[in-house]
Amino acid sequence: MSDFLLEIGLEEVPARMIAAAEAELGRRVNELLARERLLAPEAKLTTYSTPRRLAVLVEGVLAAQADMEEKLTGPSWKVAFKDGAPTAAAEAFAKKAGVAVAALEKVETPKGEYVGATVKRKGRAATELLAAELPKDVLAIYWAKNMYWRAGKPERFVRPVRWVVALLDSAVVPLEIAGIAAGDTSRGHRILHGEKPVVIDSPASYSKALLAASVVADVAQRRHIIRKALDAATRTVPGARWREDEPLVETVVHLTEWPSVILGDFEPEYLALPEEVLVTVMRDHQKYFAVEDKYGKLAPHFLAVLNTQADDEGATIIRHGNARVLTARFKDARFFWDFDQKTPLFERIESLKHVTFHKDLGSYHDKTGWNGTVAHKLRQQLESKGFSDCNYAAVELAAGLAKTDLTTELVKEFTELQGIIGGLYVRAQNLPGNLKPETVDRVAQAIYDQYTPASVDDPIPLTVEGQLLGIADRIQTIIAMFSIGNAPTGSKDPLGLRRAANAIVKILADSRVPLNLDEIVESGTGNPDWETYKEPVAAFLRERLHFYLKDVRNLAYDVVNAVLAADANDVRDAIARAEALTAARGSEDFVAVSAAFKRIKNILRQAEEKGYAHGNWADVQAAEAKDLRSAIHSLADRVAKLREQRKYAEALALIATLRPKVDAFFDKIMVLDPDPEVRGANLDLIRGVLSNFSGIADFSEIVTA
Amino acid sequence: MSAAHPLPQVKPSALTFQDLLFRLQGFWAARGCVLQQPYDVEVGAGTMAPETFLRVIGPRPYKVGYAQPSRRPADGRYGENPNRLFKHTQFQLILKPPPVNVQELYLESLEAIGIDLSRHDLKFEEDNWEWPAGGAWGVGWQVMLDGLEITQFTYFQQCGGLDLDPICAELTYGLERIAAFLQDVDSIYDIVWARDPETGAPVTYGDVRLAEELQFSVYNFEFAEIDKLWTHFNLYEEEAQTLLSQAGKLLAREDATAAEKRRFPLLATYELALKCSHLFNLLDARGAISVTERVGVIGRIRSLAVGVAKAYAAQQVAG
Repeated sequence: MSDFLLEIGLEEVPARMIAAAEAELGRRVNELLARERLLAPEAKLTTYSTPRRLAVLVEGVLAAQADMEEKLTGPSWKVAFKDGAPTAAAEAFAKKAGVAVAALEKVETPKGEYVGATVKRKGRAATELLAAELPKDVLAIYWAKNMYWRAGKPERFVRPVRWVVALLDSAVVPLEIAGIAAGDTSRGHRILHGEKPVVIDSPASYSKALLAASVVADVAQRRHIIRKALDAATRTVPGARWREDEPLVETVVHLTEWPSVILGDFEPEYLALPEEVLVTVMRDHQKYFAVEDKYGKLAPHFLAVLNTQADDEGATIIRHGNARVLTARFKDARFFWDFDQKTPLFERIESLKHVTFHKDLGSYHDKTGWNGTVAHKLRQQLESKGFSDCNYAAVELAAGLAKTDLTTELVKEFTELQGIIGGLYVRAQNLPGNLKPETVDRVAQAIYDQYTPASVDDPIPLTVEGQLLGIADRIQTIIAMFSIGNAPTGSKDPLGLRRAANAIVKILADSRVPLNLDEIVESGTGNPDWETYKEPVAAFLRERLHFYLKDVRNLAYDVVNAVLAADANDVRDAIARAEALTAARGSEDFVAVSAAFKRIKNILRQAEEKGYAHGNWADVQAAEAKDLRSAIHSLADRVAKLREQRKYAEALALIATLRPKVDAFFDKIMVLDPDPEVRGANLDLIRGVLSNFSGIADFSEIVTA
Repeated sequence: MSAAHPLPQVKPSALTFQDLLFRLQGFWAARGCVLQQPYDVEVGAGTMAPETFLRVIGPRPYKVGYAQPSRRPADGRYGENPNRLFKHTQFQLILKPPPVNVQELYLESLEAIGIDLSRHDLKFEEDNWEWPAGGAWGVGWQVMLDGLEITQFTYFQQCGGLDLDPICAELTYGLERIAAFLQDVDSIYDIVWARDPETGAPVTYGDVRLAEELQFSVYNFEFAEIDKLWTHFNLYEEEAQTLLSQAGKLLAREDATAAEKRRFPLLATYELALKCSHLFNLLDARGAISVTERVGVIGRIRSLAVGVAKAYAAQQVAG
């Protein structure tokens, strides 16, 4: 049993791409070894990565493939041997199989006697196979962005390959990747180790050899070191905690080979800036962790994760340098904040004419107008339903101002804070027109929250005003983009329309806003030219609702199909029905009823294909048919009422009580009776089952087997 | 990695702005780079100078470095913001093709300007670059030193919409930032540009450039006459387009001699395109370009820049 190590040495790989590539390399090596019968059953595969390397260690590789015996079958015996002497056919077959004619065997088959040959295939050596096959696999690794670097453009990869280590035990596997011949020599940390070669004696000693060269190749270990170091550095400030930020931890894990942490300070005067701004500067621009005091308020410190281990003097220099950069950025932010106050948001609406919404549609000034129209139509829908739990004036004011922060210096600098800055500015600047503080507050919060949820994991806007603004803005964008041919296709959705539609569904799911998808689409056009896109957009939203139920709520696909077949318009209602159905489908009676529904659909389809006429269920004669009919009569109204009251669990329980009647009916009755009158009445009866009990879900979609 | 010509060790403290440039020039000259002077037409970045934009095209190896004053009218702050300039200085380096140890050479260049890497934190963080109007893009990093972006490091992949082969490495050092970092000053204007060798009296960046920042901010934001800018733009564009169509005809002609093709003034045509690009930036700073116009104007510049690049590629292989 051997060990195999592959390390691909690279110039710094983008942090965001490393984890997936590391996993893919592991998978590819594993599949290759398995495919080539080189993987021992107890083999253990470990992957490593740093910004400068991807590596995989396999403990339990066979030195060579096992020899194989293969049985080949040739021509029939009669053709191959005439009077016991081999014919040309026998000789040709023996030659093809690589055996002597004398070694040919007689094989009995159901078709008669044939010529057979047993061929021994010598297993190939692992070294030879890996050298031949592995480079292709490595170069096929998926990267979000690739580059050429060698003249003649022989290959593309994320960054130039600079060295390769490939060892089978202590022997170099003679493979070549992107013009680099594999060896046994890796490289250490750029600064801490320098350019001294790092010789790997054996695959199993890989991570240890790298540790000695100031490289922690194991990702989990780096993550652990970073978390511990963040804790330790934070402890130097009494009562302080670092603000948990998992994505940032992952980023710095993939930006370092030998991580350490320093805690630095900034002037407390900058704490006067909004926390959102401070944290964005630290996290997004500098990749620093924020520190909070024991009350959860931001403290004037930051934590930087370094890719080095400096001495005390070095740490002082590095701390000072980082603090200097951070202070300059805070100073900029404060300058922008103060500068922006000279022109309050409500005076910036005109300047939105200079901000592009989409080149084929117009400016954000146009967009603001459209959003206002949509918000107003939504208001009319809601008022007609008597929904008064909303400050509609605040929604319309917010729609008018929502995009004005795009013209502010602070948002130009920190684009990820759009919306948030708008909200903060409304609060800081107030609004003209003697508005109640309560209304101003609602406007501010709605603008602040307009882009949430950014993903289905985020919470929805805090207020109903923010929820409505979020819906209005997104449906307008979706319809407008559909109108210029930008509907998402396949994996392509450059404008994030799926995300926008997911957000609408999520807002409806988690809020109390009484709007359904069709009403939103109806209100969303905001421009008569876009009326024709209503239907495709409505279908698009329904498809997103399907996604939401299945992939966000993790409901079974058949339940989702069943529920949405009955109705795919009211999001919260669909969720409630799906949840009730999920609970009900466990009961045996219910399963049987579902199976009956499926059967009914099949029969109706057959009847339609054959052109059978439907009669009147009043004419059924058989006792089982009459029983079923009266069961329908007695249940239909009660089920309809429960459906109306949204008491789905009770409704489903009631439907399940149909089982004995349905079972008895199908046991005894042949629906498609040769007598057209009987058949017509039967067909009408089973159609009655469907039409009376499919309002909650189309049970025939439920997978019962 | 040993340098071809080891440089004398210098005290790491406080290089002046001009010393910083000397060091970088000396370092790269010792490694075979041609030192060019800044291009004498307004550009927004060192990449736009023909020593980069045109030299990267075609198969011929080339190594060049130059300090390029780069004008971005909209970034002007009247000399009031300590970190922002209308015109900053890039030390631009093109290595075509890139040597395999290009990153190590780059790190050596940092040591050469007095940065002791054992006492700093250095990271190569993903940062891809593109100039859509030039049909140019590449992948690479921003080099972060103690949290400060000091260099843009790009492997140029396409220019003028043409695939590059060989590709080249483009290193862009932000000289003001690096100088402020080395001298540990909070404002760019406090950078010591030069020091009197006898008295040690400093001349600061502010002494040299503050008035320029102020007056150009005033001009760019307040005085530049929009109508005239448009007129200039249209005139430059018209001439460039005329030249481009002549170039197209000439380069396609089979009976034209190599000498005829080689003498066609594409370099001058490119200069006219650069003029348009700068005028666009001025118009933009003046807030004179509406949303609907914007895409169109960028398209016009692109058609010039890409047109020159394509013609230049054809001219290189002519005859």
